[in-house]
Amino acid sequence: MTQSNRISGGQIDRSKTLRFTFDGITYQGHPGDTLASALLANGVRLMGRSFKYHRPRGPLTSGSEEPNALVELRTGGRQEPNTRATVAELFDGLTANSQNRWPSLRFDAMGVNDRLSTFFAAGFYYKTFMWPKTFWEKLYEPIIRRAAGLGSVTREEDPDEYDKGFLHCDLLVIGAGPTGLMAALTAGRSGKRVILADEDFRMGGRLNAETHAVGGQAGADWAAGVVAELASMPNVRLMTRTTVIGAFDHGVYGAVERVSDHLPTPAPGKPRQVLWRIYSGRAILAGGATERPIAFENNDRPGIMLAGALRAYANRWGVKVGERVAVFTNNDDGLRTADDLRAKGVEVVAVIDSRQGEEVIDTSGRLGLKSITVRDGKGRTREIAVEALGVSGGWNPNVNIHSHHRSRPVYDPTIAAFVPGAEGPPGLLVAGAASGALSTHAALRTGRDAAVEALGLTGAAELPEAEDAPVRVKALWHVNHGKGRAWVDQQNDVTVKDVKLAKQENFTSVEHLKRYTTLGMATDQGKTSNVIGLAIMAELTGRSIPETGTTIYRPPYTPVAMGALAGRSRGKEFKPFRLTPSHHWAAEQGAVFVEVGMWLRTQWVPKAGETEWRQSVDREVLATRKSVGICDVTTLGKIDIQGTDAGAFLDRVYANTFSSLAVGKCRYGLMLREDGIVFDDGTTARMGENEYVMTTTTANAVTVFRHLEYCRQVLWPDMDVQLISTTEAWAQFSVAGPNARKLLQKVVDQDISDAAFPYMGAGNITVCGGMRARLFRISFSGELAYEIAVPTRYGDALLREMLARGAEFDPIVYGTEALGVMRIEKGHVAGGELNGQSTALNMGLGKMVSKKKDSIGMVLSQREGLVDPDGYRLVGVKPVDANGRISAGSHLLEKGAAVVAANDGGWLTSKVYSPHIGCDIALGYLKAGDRKIGQRMRAVNLLIGQDTEVEIVSPHFFDPEGERLRG
Amino acid sequence: MRYSGFRVIAEALTGHKGWKPVWRDPAPQPEYDYIIIGGGGHGLATAYYLAKEFGQARIAVLEKGYLGGGNVGRNTTIIRSNYLLDGNEPFYEFSLKLWEGLEQDFNYNAMVSQRGIINLIHTDAQRDAFTRRGNAMRLHGADAELLSREQVRQMYPWLNFDNARFPIKGALMQRRGGTVRHDAVAWGYARGADLRGVDLIQNCEVTGMRIENGRIKGVETTRGFIGAKKVGVAVAGSSSKVMAYAGMRLPIESHVLQAFVSEGLKPLIDGVMTFGAGHFYVSQSDKGGLVFGGDIDGYNSYAQRGNLPVIEDVAEGGMALMPAIGRVRLLRTWGGIMDMSMDGSPFIDKTPVEGLYFNGGWCYGGFKATPASGWCFAHLMARDEPHKTATAYRLDRFLKGRMIDEKGQGAQPNLH
Amino acid sequence: MIIHHPILGPRDAQEFVYLGDAALMNRPDGMTAGIEEFHDWLYNRDNPAGEHQELWYHEQGDRSWLVVTRNTVTHEITKVELARDVARSKGRSK
Repeated sequence: MTQSNRISGGQIDRSKTLRFTFDGITYQGHPGDTLASALLANGVRLMGRSFKYHRPRGPLTSGSEEPNALVELRTGGRQEPNTRATVAELFDGLTANSQNRWPSLRFDAMGVNDRLSTFFAAGFYYKTFMWPKTFWEKLYEPIIRRAAGLGSVTREEDPDEYDKGFLHCDLLVIGAGPTGLMAALTAGRSGKRVILADEDFRMGGRLNAETHAVGGQAGADWAAGVVAELASMPNVRLMTRTTVIGAFDHGVYGAVERVSDHLPTPAPGKPRQVLWRIYSGRAILAGGATERPIAFENNDRPGIMLAGALRAYANRWGVKVGERVAVFTNNDDGLRTADDLRAKGVEVVAVIDSRQGEEVIDTSGRLGLKSITVRDGKGRTREIAVEALGVSGGWNPNVNIHSHHRSRPVYDPTIAAFVPGAEGPPGLLVAGAASGALSTHAALRTGRDAAVEALGLTGAAELPEAEDAPVRVKALWHVNHGKGRAWVDQQNDVTVKDVKLAKQENFTSVEHLKRYTTLGMATDQGKTSNVIGLAIMAELTGRSIPETGTTIYRPPYTPVAMGALAGRSRGKEFKPFRLTPSHHWAAEQGAVFVEVGMWLRTQWVPKAGETEWRQSVDREVLATRKSVGICDVTTLGKIDIQGTDAGAFLDRVYANTFSSLAVGKCRYGLMLREDGIVFDDGTTARMGENEYVMTTTTANAVTVFRHLEYCRQVLWPDMDVQLISTTEAWAQFSVAGPNARKLLQKVVDQDISDAAFPYMGAGNITVCGGMRARLFRISFSGELAYEIAVPTRYGDALLREMLARGAEFDPIVYGTEALGVMRIEKGHVAGGELNGQSTALNMGLGKMVSKKKDSIGMVLSQREGLVDPDGYRLVGVKPVDANGRISAGSHLLEKGAAVVAANDGGWLTSKVYSPHIGCDIALGYLKAGDRKIGQRMRAVNLLIGQDTEVEIVSPHFFDPEGERLRG
Repeated sequence: MRYSGFRVIAEALTGHKGWKPVWRDPAPQPEYDYIIIGGGGHGLATAYYLAKEFGQARIAVLEKGYLGGGNVGRNTTIIRSNYLLDGNEPFYEFSLKLWEGLEQDFNYNAMVSQRGIINLIHTDAQRDAFTRRGNAMRLHGADAELLSREQVRQMYPWLNFDNARFPIKGALMQRRGGTVRHDAVAWGYARGADLRGVDLIQNCEVTGMRIENGRIKGVETTRGFIGAKKVGVAVAGSSSKVMAYAGMRLPIESHVLQAFVSEGLKPLIDGVMTFGAGHFYVSQSDKGGLVFGGDIDGYNSYAQRGNLPVIEDVAEGGMALMPAIGRVRLLRTWGGIMDMSMDGSPFIDKTPVEGLYFNGGWCYGGFKATPASGWCFAHLMARDEPHKTATAYRLDRFLKGRMIDEKGQGAQPNLH
Repeated sequence: MIIHHPILGPRDAQEFVYLGDAALMNRPDGMTAGIEEFHDWLYNRDNPAGEHQELWYHEQGDRSWLVVTRNTVTHEITKVELARDVARSKGRSK
């Protein structure tokens, strides 16, 4: 069977033949075909199964509103579920399979649901499956979950690339039918920057599917001529295969361009799809209209489709859907289908016009339409054998995008449809069929006029001649007949009976109707079903259609691939990496790295023979405490603060005082949030009378800077203080250990003896014979320690110089793990303690909050809940038995107390193994912890079954007197 | 009318003629003992428990739109009790226990499904924090487990384990967490309340409050004045607007949270999963759609719609975690108004106006709280004292410095 | 959303970080105001459905703090000012 239903004409390239397979059978089609048109050309009407009843289905439409003909396109990692055959462009080698059926499309075992449909009425599941209680998860739900869903998802990574882009224009025209083309032409000729986007691969919209003449030539030819002229304009960007998915704030539109979906695989270097963010001065919605069906018994059989679709398949694709065809319409437009098909030589055996009192009341044909039953105005019925039936219930303007800002459409009885309401997205005009202007002439006219209005143009182009037939429609939503099922939402199997049941149970609000019956919630978002459903509800409740109202249209206009929305942000490129100046050196050594926010930091640097991370970390700690270790601390935030009010400014933003700090010295600073909770800590040095250098934690570098700018610009706008972040400008290394000074003296040009550069000293120095640098004598490890900074690009060289020149001291480079061990040994708070929930008092730093000056957080830190003498205090914790293990996150309880929340004393914030002390040690917050030093408690981690007797100790495990760091 | 499998079969065989309205449409009475403003999940649950558990009568729920049209009708359906702080965990565990018996209690299948929730761990610091949290949960009688990377991999082998920017290092799991069919919760409570005589009044917007000598007398509505001895407000994103009728300013900002659902798919994800490194969480509905979300847009909004950057941000998180979903299509987005409080935790409290009670500040976590919120609010309104699991949800807690700040972000609602 | 920066012109809102109600600039003086005053300032909000003056920070730009007048129902922005100018106009200084 080779394209048995192909007839003459159409915009397909018959000179080329494309092969494709559907459910394993190979067929032929032509460029210009969609999968649906090609299958129909080959006499295949059955393409899918419905969601609930697994009813056999063929395409209802020829466009993106398709509810039925959904397939799994492609295979492997490119398998694409729920793809609408009506918009899938045919390419050579295309592979598609039907979905939601077992074992095959023709013989679907789940089709039994259809025979049992009376048990599956709307919402039946809310009324049963409740007993026995445990059966929901164990029995009922697993069965439902397995049966539900449509297509299946690959488990393989999508091999294709996606991208994002940004476009700017004076006018965005959405839709390239007669309206959009005329609007774009008018705007383009004025020289304005225009973007014309259309979801189809061929511009022209309905002109490609109709036989109307425009300007004395075939509509499709007129469209092609306009497209050619637009293509010649440098100020116009034509975007086919591009769906505008949503109207966002301030003239921003999202659009998805399907760059490669019409190809077997994307061309090298090309993405599959691109998400465009379009910034428009103005926009015109020229999205056309969507035909709607009429609900009647068994109106869902393959071969029954919208009249306009039947016409489109004939005119655009040269396809007849069946040998014998009938049309059922309530409006003049449906009659065109009969005329066009006859002109193509298709046998039209009946035209049933409801306005003449005739109605289709039933159909037959299990896997495809065989006959229809017609009832005339006198109540007589007759059965007519047909293979295809075109149905037209009128046309619904595509108001969707106009409603994306929650503008409610309004009902226009003259066309029996909803048209755009007031207050759509600012800057958006609606023209053509989307606005309810349904003739070709009206489309051209309103398209032109919208462009003139949007851009404030003077004078308007002449319009080509075109048909201007009035809309003659008499609303018919459903055929009242018999006891059978008449489908409203075909994909979700919502029938007129379900709407009636919803009414009977008082789910009469349109939102209740939608949610209770699932009307309009399928992949087509109710484009062909919503209006019918609400109109039937209106009829049942005796309310008018405007009183009944509609649900809200939301983005996206049609479903969008997740890959397109994500673009390049996937895999390792999900977020950028920030690398430290010592990264390359560390990589050469085989260092292990760890993600710290955006940074990748050295976690430890294994030496040959070390197989366990603890070996490396213990060695790094011991070597540092024995001689000297170097750690890259560039990730700490660094902020230069200058101005005559710099000291006063720091007094405001820090809880403690900095204006009194001597030049050439640094001080530990504690920064609170306004609510009195500790925000951040770090050291700040006074480099000159009006010049300070602040360091922040790695985690808060960005937020502290933002906060300081806030304080400077908003709270105290007249302070003379300037800020700049220098985090990226300086490479900074901590050099710690008894030999730190000796090592540093090998690179530092100036004398840094204890007398010349005492504890907490800070200053500008030079290294290696003149390279400018900064030196701070600060320690978070408890060792004699410095932090030395050079311009970032010299960081790598400085590290190598220090290691080379100081080789006699056996310096090591340590990573974040050893850094953590040493700061916990010394009892310095960091991530686990700076949790955004703790006060200075909790940390044992309450005295740092000066009440002699106004500072951020000072007042509210005095609230009663924050000064509770029995509140949490920072303590050290270690197991009583040195071999005992404890965990960060363990909770502290009194010995013998029941393990319940009422006895919860606190928790361990950070834990390491201390090679110095020879056991696990931890910091923790303990209620009234300052009064519990020396007590024994339990550290309980129920998640791993750990229950360890511990001793509460001072958080300063190492050198509590601070002799070493002053050495 | 009692619902059951037998009833469903009997009705199916007789043409479904016997199904009755799930609720009446009563006209408002001149006066009630209790008026609940807001016919969303919390308001309906409050009315239900007031009538059923606290034996109260003459109750009305006033809803400006349709029942269940609040955030109960627009959320990502997750239930869990994996909270850290003492002020929260007992309440959410109470709520989870109520979920576990809810359907039998109100005779409506809300599809409470405890398929488990996992919070993925990407750093050692996260593991420490989740260990603290998991232990807090266990101490409060909830369930919690720590999963290794391999255990997560066994559950979902197709997650990004080998090429991840933020590697998966394990997870905190609560097996009793899961999902519930959100609309059915509203309908189940509404039906249960209606059966117990509660007047559910739709399309009735409150436009003012009548307060005399510091005491509530009733409310002005679009359907006239309705008197009440006690009035409870449960209006989520509209909290500031409604409480302004009583002259109160609240520690609340209204923000938009977008949520998303994909096209229907054959089963991919059994339970609920959160991806902390990427502002992304996901589950799969019984109908097959992936239901997912991320952060709030971040600016004050009553627009019930959001913008593209957050949609992209959420999709990026999804793709980073699940590289196989590139060709899965996003079907629908929606936006709800979140009553974001200053510490991320809610309020169930009396107000300075005698007889006026406030329930709000649920941020984007209100759905899972629905049963306990209703129960505790009913308890407070009926007995004038807080339920034992909801003693911390006081409006004066910021004045007293007793914040319940799970995330440690301070007085900045858009960060909670 | 697009914010018309008074110095830099139209910029995508994605470049900015949002803080909240511009009333937050009315910070009491910690040496004279007490807990109650600070509490009301820091925690309570008008949270209007309608016009809202709010603080945005151009983090991925020139680091200006701005006061944006925006409608919280429609998202329409009617005014954008440098927060420093607004603060000074309200008498804030050092």
